[in-house]
Amino acid sequence: MFIKRLPQFEYHYPKSLPELFSLMAKYGDKAKLLAGGTDLLVSMKKREISPDHLINLKEIPELKGISFNEREGLRIGALTTIDEIEQSEIVKNRYQILWEAVSVMASPQIRTLGTIGGNLASAIPSADTAPPLIALGASLTIKGISSERKCLVEEFFKGPGESVLKTDEILTEIRIPVPPERSAGTYLKMMRRNALDLAIVGVATFLKLDRDKKICEDVKIVLGAVAPTPIRAIRAEKLLIGKELNEAIADEAGRIASEESKPISDVRASKEYRKTLVHVLTRRGLIKVNSMIRERS
Amino acid sequence: MKRREEIKLKVNGIEYIVEIEPWRTLVEVLRETLGLTGTKKSCNEGECGACTVLMNGKPVASCLVLAIDAQGKDITTIEGLSEGEKLHPIQEAFLKYGAIQCGFCTPGMVISAKALLDRNPKPTVLEARKAISGNLCRCTGYQHIVDAIIGASKMMEKKE
Repeated sequence: MFIKRLPQFEYHYPKSLPELFSLMAKYGDKAKLLAGGTDLLVSMKKREISPDHLINLKEIPELKGISFNEREGLRIGALTTIDEIEQSEIVKNRYQILWEAVSVMASPQIRTLGTIGGNLASAIPSADTAPPLIALGASLTIKGISSERKCLVEEFFKGPGESVLKTDEILTEIRIPVPPERSAGTYLKMMRRNALDLAIVGVATFLKLDRDKKICEDVKIVLGAVAPTPIRAIRAEKLLIGKELNEAIADEAGRIASEESKPISDVRASKEYRKTLVHVLTRRGLIKVNSMIRERS
Repeated sequence: MKRREEIKLKVNGIEYIVEIEPWRTLVEVLRETLGLTGTKKSCNEGECGACTVLMNGKPVASCLVLAIDAQGKDITTIEGLSEGEKLHPIQEAFLKYGAIQCGFCTPGMVISAKALLDRNPKPTVLEARKAISGNLCRCTGYQHIVDAIIGASKMMEKKE
């Protein structure tokens, strides 16, 4: 039975980034950063990790909040919870693709704890926020004690559980540009049940049509849980650029995306099933977003 | 290593001062230190929803919250719903619709239902199902539980 308690640790709760960085410098790899805790505390209870120090990030104001303006787009602090994103009207109205992803993550009582920064920094291949963010061209701000850099979400992941984040750096915010006119996106996630599960496959599709709402001017197809990191199906995207979307070409794009995926078999699904799902969900997503744009006045 | 720290926890409107170690979770402190055993601890890894409590009105898995990190928040447990012997309408509806079998998931279910109805007083059946999607019932009594949530929303509407 799983009744373990947390291992012992020393608790820190810095109130500013400089204070955080000095704690990180002092304790190095003996410390772990606590965001939502929905992964970290479980791993600690299972004794997969037992850090001597736990540094709670929740009291650092710079890491919080959602803000939007028409010029710079959306800014989401890394410690913003999945629930806060789900409840945001601006996300629901302007960034539906991201809203669809957050509203099917985990469960209500986990979404109020888990954070978007934690979802990305954990870098698991099935992270639900990653495909929509990549499709939207989102970037991340990464800060260190005396450094600051930007990184596209697309270039953030290195492998399962691995990202470009260095041990002395943290992810502070996500920035998402304003989606262009005549564009729409959707995130379709297949799970074993309709809640509380990781994606077997997650597919984000994003389209931008021309002035007549016929020809595809921009296409993004991003696949989750079917490769060591979230990946773009570049060949499938290229097939569609400059063409009018219909059932046949959407199906062909799905077939190519399926070829581009590199899934494994695990307890949740076989690789063959995952490949078929990529095909079907890509086709379904493309047709859905195409009609979403056309039906919009 | 600093072992014990004095913290303030506000639970069901009452401020408690407790001395705890930083590695104790909220569910442990509620049950073992405050004696509020209505909140259940089952899977202990955020999968089952038995330990759900409200923190500032939102449902959280209290097995994944450090008690020390719940300071300054308004916490509501199942004990905070009834007024003495007078049950909350959600609790009445759970009885009326036979939504309680073994009872172990019930406190978490009722709290998840309260989180929903506070935000959305007239939920659809689908919204009720989504609201309890993080609560497992080993007796598989989901249909009665959903009926009770919809029933509670009607009972509460009439009272207003």
